[in-house]
Parts: sequence; C-alpha cells; structure tokens
Amino acid sequence: MKKIEEIQLPEELRYSPDHEWVRPEGDLARVGLTDYAQDQLGDIVYVELPSIGAHIAQGAVFATVESVKSVSECFMPLAGEVAAVNVPLADNPVLLNQSPYGDGWMVMVKPDDPSAVSQLLTAAGYLARLKGGV
Amino acid sequence: MSESLGTTGLILNEPLLWERGKKGRCGFSMPPSDVPQNPLPTELTDYGPDLPDLSEIEVVRHYTRLSTWNFGVDTGLSPLGSCTMKYNPKINEKLAGLRGFAAAHPLLPSEFPQGALRLMFDLERFLAEITGLDAVTLQPAAGAQGELTGMLIVHAYHRSRGKQRTKILIPDTAHGTNPASAALCGYVPIPVPSGPDGILIPKVVAGLVDGETAGIMITNPNTLGLFEENIREIARIVHDLGGLVYGDGANMNAVLGIVKPGAIGVDILHLNLHKTFSTPHGGGGPGAGPVAVRKDLARFLPVPRVVERNRMYELSEDFPESIGRVLAFHGHFGVLLRAYAYILSMGPDGLRAASRLAVLNANYVREKLKDVLHPAFDRPCMHECVFSDRNQQGTGITTLEMAKRLMDYGYHPPTIYFPHIVHGAIMIEPTETETKEDLDGFIEAFRSVVREAGENPGVVREAPSRCTVKRLDETAAARNPCLTG
Amino acid sequence: MRYLPHTDEDIAAMLGVVGLKELDDLFAAIPGNCRFEGALQLPEAMSEWALEGHVGRLACRMAVSPEYSVFLGAGSYDHYIPATVSHLLGRSEFVTSYTPYQPEMLQGTLQGIYEYQTLAARLMGMEVATASHYDGATALAEALLMAVRISGRKEVALSRAIHPHYRQVVRTYFAPTGYELREIPYLETGLTDFDRLEESPDLAAVALQSPNFFGCIENLQAAAERAHTGGALLVSGFTEALAFGLLKSPGSQGADIVAGEGQSLGIPRSFGGPALGMLASRKKHMRSLPGRLVGQTKDRDGKRGFVLTLATREQHIRREKATSNICSNNSLCALAAAMYMASLGGTGIRQLASLNHDKAEYLKNALRDAGCSIRFSSPTFNEFVVGFPGGFDARYRRLLDRKIVAGLPLSAYYPELADHGLICVTETCSREEMDRLVREVTA
Repeated sequence: MKKIEEIQLPEELRYSPDHEWVRPEGDLARVGLTDYAQDQLGDIVYVELPSIGAHIAQGAVFATVESVKSVSECFMPLAGEVAAVNVPLADNPVLLNQSPYGDGWMVMVKPDDPSAVSQLLTAAGYLARLKGGV
Repeated sequence: MSESLGTTGLILNEPLLWERGKKGRCGFSMPPSDVPQNPLPTELTDYGPDLPDLSEIEVVRHYTRLSTWNFGVDTGLSPLGSCTMKYNPKINEKLAGLRGFAAAHPLLPSEFPQGALRLMFDLERFLAEITGLDAVTLQPAAGAQGELTGMLIVHAYHRSRGKQRTKILIPDTAHGTNPASAALCGYVPIPVPSGPDGILIPKVVAGLVDGETAGIMITNPNTLGLFEENIREIARIVHDLGGLVYGDGANMNAVLGIVKPGAIGVDILHLNLHKTFSTPHGGGGPGAGPVAVRKDLARFLPVPRVVERNRMYELSEDFPESIGRVLAFHGHFGVLLRAYAYILSMGPDGLRAASRLAVLNANYVREKLKDVLHPAFDRPCMHECVFSDRNQQGTGITTLEMAKRLMDYGYHPPTIYFPHIVHGAIMIEPTETETKEDLDGFIEAFRSVVREAGENPGVVREAPSRCTVKRLDETAAARNPCLTG
Repeated sequence: MRYLPHTDEDIAAMLGVVGLKELDDLFAAIPGNCRFEGALQLPEAMSEWALEGHVGRLACRMAVSPEYSVFLGAGSYDHYIPATVSHLLGRSEFVTSYTPYQPEMLQGTLQGIYEYQTLAARLMGMEVATASHYDGATALAEALLMAVRISGRKEVALSRAIHPHYRQVVRTYFAPTGYELREIPYLETGLTDFDRLEESPDLAAVALQSPNFFGCIENLQAAAERAHTGGALLVSGFTEALAFGLLKSPGSQGADIVAGEGQSLGIPRSFGGPALGMLASRKKHMRSLPGRLVGQTKDRDGKRGFVLTLATREQHIRREKATSNICSNNSLCALAAAMYMASLGGTGIRQLASLNHDKAEYLKNALRDAGCSIRFSSPTFNEFVVGFPGGFDARYRRLLDRKIVAGLPLSAYYPELADHGLICVTETCSREEMDRLVREVTA
C-alpha cells in the first residue's frame, strides 16, 4: 500500500472525510473515490452504482465497492439527484484503481445546495486528516 | 524442511471432463428394455443436455487424479479454527452404506422404516442429554440452517406472546452466519462488543437490551477460543426483559460432558454434526445442524417429529404451533446415522475425553507458538487458540503469506482473518484426534515460517512453491466470472 | 479408544509444557456454576463389532427392495447407481476435505464442482448454476427470495401442483418476511391453470414444477410468456432431474431461475437425505445468486485453476446483507451427480430417461386396461396419479401386507384427490414386478 506522501490529491477538488472527492462541473458535481480509498481497498472487482434519478441524502450510501474479500459502502458527500453514472465501471472496475479522479469517476449529481461543495475539505484538509490517522 | 514430508510418485495433470471422452462412449451399464417403446409428443422433448460421453475407465481416472490434488484430514493436519476437523471414522461410512438405510424411501408408511425412526429417536435423546436441553429436531441440513430454524423459533415464540420484537444481539466475534440468519428472519442484528478480555461483559449487554430485543446469539466457547464466563448473568439479563438466549454450538467440541448449555441459560442451541460429531466435511457439505430446545419451546420445532406410540415409532405433523418444514424430508439421514454411530463408539467417557484432549492440544500449540506469534489474549484457551500478526509487522509479511508457506511444509493452513476483531487473525483448532508428533511437526513448521519471515521473507512472499497451482488470481475470477465451461 | 491417540506419557509431557498438573486444570476458567459434574447418561461405548451388529439390526428393520416392491417417487427416486460412483465418492481426499477457501490445497474439489456447475447448467438449459444447496425445496425457497431481491416486488405465485413439502418449506422461509404467497390452481388435465393467475404489478415471480407433483409435464413456454408479460420472473422447479435427459430443459423454454432436486443423479435415497439442491439462473442475475460459486482463473504462472468466487454475496463477508445465510453446499452430493452424469454421458442420459418413460407408460396402460382410473390426461414422465377399483386407500393397505408399496396415497396432501395415489416407475422396475402389481391391484 502507498505511503501517505504518495497519495495523489488534486488541488482543485474537494474531499469528504469518508474518502470521496467532488468536482463541480457547471450545475452538476462529479463524485468518486480518492486515491487513498482505492489503494486501501486493493483490487476492485465490482462496483454497484445507483439508478439515475435517485435522490440521495448527504451521508447516505450511494454505491458499494467490492474487492475479492470485502464490501465497502460509499457515502454521498452532498445531497442531490443522480444525473449520470459511470457505466463503463460495471465492466471495467479496474478503472477505479487505475484512474480514480479520471475515468474511474462514479456518479454525477445535481446538488440540492450548490454551496454545499465549499463546505467540504480542501486537499490540504483531507491530507491533514489522513496524517492524523482519522 | 523436514525429510518426512518429501514427495513420492507423480501427481498428474487432468483436463476438464468435456476435454475428455468421445461421442458414443458410455460409462454406464444401460439396462435392456423389457417394455415397448412409447415416445412422448415431440413438442415436449429435446435432444438432451450436451454432456460429454466417457468410458468407465475415463471417469475413474479423471476423478482418481482429481482426488490426488486434495488435502483432507486423512492426508494431514488441517487445524482450521471453529471447524473441528477431527478424524472421520471409517466404520461410520460402512454403516451409512447399508442397503436398508441407503435404499430407503422417506415416505414409506411408518411401520416400514422402524430401524431409521428408532435411530433418529435415539439420536434426539442423545443430543438432548449432551446439551442439557429437552427436545431436538434433526431436520436442519447444516449449521446455518439450524441457526435459521432457531431464529424462526424465536420469532414464533414472540408471536405467541402477542408482541413481535425487532432486534437480535450478536457479539462482534460471531460467525457471519449469525447476523445473516437473524436478518433472514427480519431481525436487525445489534453488534455487542467483546470486552478487553475477549469475552462479553454483562454491563455492556445490559446497556443494549431493551423491550425490542428478541434475544441474543452466543457462541460458547466463543470464536476466540475463550469460555464466556459471564454467560449465566448475561442470560439472566436477557431473560429478565423477555428475550431468549440462542446458542451457536459450533464450538461444542470443547465442552462435551463438561458444560451443558441448557443448564447455563441457553434456550435454543444448534449443533454441527460435521464438526463435533465427526461426520465428514465432504469438501463443503453435506453436514447437519440439529437444534435442541427447552421444553416449552418444543411446540415450535419443525415437523415432522419422531414420536413413540405403542412401542412403535412414527413421524407426526400434529404440532399446530410448529414453524413448519425446513427441508423436503426429515433431515440428512445419512449424516445423522454417522453421528449416531460416533456417539455409540465413543460412549460418555470417550466424548468427555475428546473435549479434554481437544483443549489440551490447543493449549499445547498455543504454548509452543506464543513466543513467535502474538497471542490475541494473554490467557489459556479452550479448544482453539488465536494469534494476531502483530509480531510480523516489521517484516512486512502478512498472515496470508505465512498461511501459504505452511502449505509447502505439508499442512493445511489454519483459519485466517477471522474473527475480525483480531488483526491478521490466525485461528488454530487442532482437535483431539491429532498425535503429539503431528502437533510438534506443525509447531516446528510454523516456527520455521516465522523465522523465514524475518530472515528470508522472499520465500514466504513467493509461497506456496510446492503446490500444483500457486496463488490463483481471485481478482480476475471476481472481475470476469467464468462459472461454466 | 482408537480415535484418541494420546498416551499417558503424551498427556504428562504436554501438561508439563503448558504448566498444569492435570487435565481438569485446563478448565479452570469455567465458573463452578457452569460446570456439569456428573456423567452423561448415554450408552456405554460399543466396540466396532458390536456397533456393526446393532446398526445392522436396525438396517434390517427397513422395507427396501428386493424383498419389497416400492413404487414411490414424490421427490425421492430409485435409480441405479454405478459402482464407480460409490467407489470414487469414497476416496477420502474428497470425503475428509474442508471447504476450498485455500484453493491451492483443494483443486480436486474445486475442479470437480466447476464441472458439476457446468453439467448442471447444461442439464437445466441455463447459463450459471451454483455449487449446490441442501435440497430441491430449499433451492426453490432461495430461488423465490432471489426473485424478490431482483425485482424489488413483494408477491410470489406458486402452483398447487408443486410438491406439497416444497410449498411448505417456501412458506416457512417466507413466514418472517412479510412477502405474500399466492396459490395457482390446476386444471382437470393436471396442469397449472395460468388463466387464473391475476395480473399484479407486485408479482415478483411465478413458480411451477415440471414434471409437476402429479408427473405431468407443464407448458413452461406459455408460463414464461404469461409471467414476463406481467413483469414477473418464471421460477421453474423439478424433483426428478433425470427428466431433462429427454424433456425440453426449463432454460430453453424461458425460465429465469431454475431450482430443483438432483438426488436422482447418483445419490442414494437414504431415507430422504442428504440430497442435492440445484439452482441456476441467467448470467445477468448471477450476483443475486445465493450459495457458493466456483470460477475458473489462472495462477501466477498462467496455469489454469479454480477458486471460490463472487464471495462478496456470501455471509462471511456481507453478514446480514448477504444474499442468504447459507454456508455449506452439499459438495459431496454435487460431486456424485457430476460423476453420475459423466458416467451416463449425453447419449446415455437420453436413453435412460426414455427407458424410464417407457416403463411408466407400460404400467400406466396396464393399470388402465385392468380397470384402474388414470386421473390426469396430460403426458407424464415417470410418475402418474391413479385410482384403483374399489378405492385406492383400501387396496393400498392390502398390498402392504403383500410387501408392495403401491405409491403414495394422496388424501393427506390433496383432499380433492382423496382415494388416489401417486405411482412412480423407474428403470429399476422390471416388467414382472409391474405385472405383479397389476395382478395384485385387481385381485
């Protein structure tokens, strides 16, 4: 597994304590798992994504990610309606390991409250949490 | 590496069944027809399934070769925690093959299968005596199904009292089937953290029990190999609020003739005949999971039940409060028969000795490994001992890698990564049927693996090196499942 | 005792290492109020020879052929089991091994079960089969719960012509769930009456059995169309696996999930168990399947091998969110079925199934010619419902005294079929035996 210094954390993104990232794109937001999360999970074998149109509250489970021997739940960083899901991820879960911020994105949501993004952690804030062992 | 674990002869490769054979071959002695042909309308029939055609010798060679790739109890020590991989007596196999039992139809009118019914009736009495409970069902086909049956009985009990409850307390050391069985009955499993000593604390349980608690599921000894010393008080706490105590009897091998669960507060208990009672694991089944209950819960047991009437035995469905059937017929009779034979072979003294020696063997292994592996708890164990991977942290070698290296030494690895509350858990249950020499060999092998982890980690990381296949790609298998050929 | 190898020296040496004086000291942690101080009230230990005598005597008090002629089916069937199957299944490497969680140690079992999954899927005409379940009844219950999971709907409709015990097991499994069970009646022909199936947006699955409990061959294609129109899945069950050696497979007729009993495939009846639950589905529903699955993969040297896979569905990982609580499969029984199917082969299984059908038709016609009533007009496989002149139940009792078990009286299961019986004929019934039955019935 990677050392904390090796974890990639793009500056322009926002992060949740549960290891998701958010990128505002117009009036939508793109959501995925951080490099730390994919590294900890190991080889991902399956991703279960929500249906388009589903409304998910902040902190609620929006997806599950499976490795060979474990299942992890992913928690919605900000409440909203699912506008798109990353369909290729179903056949190619390895994308999440290889490109967590790029081709391995998970969902796009229409946030209930667009300002909620700014309340999430910055890259520095998220890194501090990782170092603090949280 | 020990000289005595050398290899001799050849282990042959063998392709898949359909990579063998030739169209037109047959390995079956087709009986000639003594009746006229009477074809069905063609719209109902088809060419039949695409099964390979093999001769008898191809079938025999195929499976003989496959069997040589397996490592069972008869091959060597398989000290899997909470599995009780004890020796499977061969006389039991012979008895199960007796024509009177093997050929018997389950729905014969009751005067005709008296031998089988008497056997089941007696086995129920034996298991009731061993568990200290009053009534038994032999119907559940496995431990997990026994748990489901138990949960259904809990459900029926609360329904009969007019108020359905919603929660089941389950210790954090519980086997995964426990919460799964509870959930199948619509219960919400409430985790109960174990205390720093590895056992449940009454105050913690009391803090979690309320009027919605249908019951608690307890394994005793638990999966850390420790006796739940506070069980009587915990049972009282749960009973006081109207809940039931369900015992997972998977670890019964530690306490035969030493503790009777029914006497220490357990209301419902399932047993695993393929663990404690020596019936074979068969590579994953069939097993059997009888359930024993306290007298006043007997009315909920599955039907049919074996009853005695006018010195004859019969199967009766006349139990209106029963939870119903859990299996098409009466249970895994072939497995029940083997357990019955085992109990009669061991007798009361033999069963008690089995538990005492099982606990001795586990403590011996623990004592001889505790300076190289980190014991999860600094206290003697019962029939199994648990270590963590803390001592190996500096080497970078994981529990998994050590387990794979043990294969090279000629042992089936112990259970790993369970229970979850121990980091990198290694759970070792030798059972009572292992000789001191075999235990010493295992201990020596594990000590070598630990040494290698420090001095020569590459050989551990690359293990196993002597098996026919090495480190199968489970990720690929899960990403792109190929489940049929 | 020959299963307890410890000598007194061994025990003394080991106690010395552990630092204890006596075996009793090992149990110091057990509080006094938990200890049982007496002796278990069980029979004293028997020698191997006494045990053999005792159990042998019990085995003699059982009505089996050749002394008895047993024309019973109803979910448990008498078929010839090749000596090779019993012999191979007795190999202790198969018998005494554990579940293959450590695949390097158990490639024999893993390849054997992968082969079973493949042959089972082909037999049922489906894309994926599991590593097996306890029996046909629990497989059916699991199949229906699976249909509920897949569809998100809460109702299931079951044909009354499904084995009564199977319907009882389904009811037991469904009791705590709150899902609704509806019954579909059957017609005078002996087939399920689909026209009586009410449309419902909440219907997850329609379940029937073919051949059904009465031996009648259902129209699965029509059932599938009916189910799919309403957005429900078709769950097709069976109790006699050999039927598919001859009949169109459920998969080829549109079944979405197939669940049934494989005991006919080389497993002795053994007073009802252990048996073999067979379950199969389309590949798209694979991740909703309960139970174990073996998958093919490669090892690090590129060599083909097999592993348990998709384990994240199962209890040891998902715990309360698992697709089922099931832990074991009936592995040894699945292996027996694979050995049996391998021995028979594609050519052989069709021949054997045809023989079963021919024999049953012979008896059916002979009984009809002798004045018995054949209750249902639909084509059957190797079982059929019959009435005897003068009443079934009375004649059935008289035949028991003649050591003939003339089928299964149905009054306890179907009050509307009181005074009828279900007769089964397999390849093990000789023409003489069948002629004798006809003679005795009409005597």
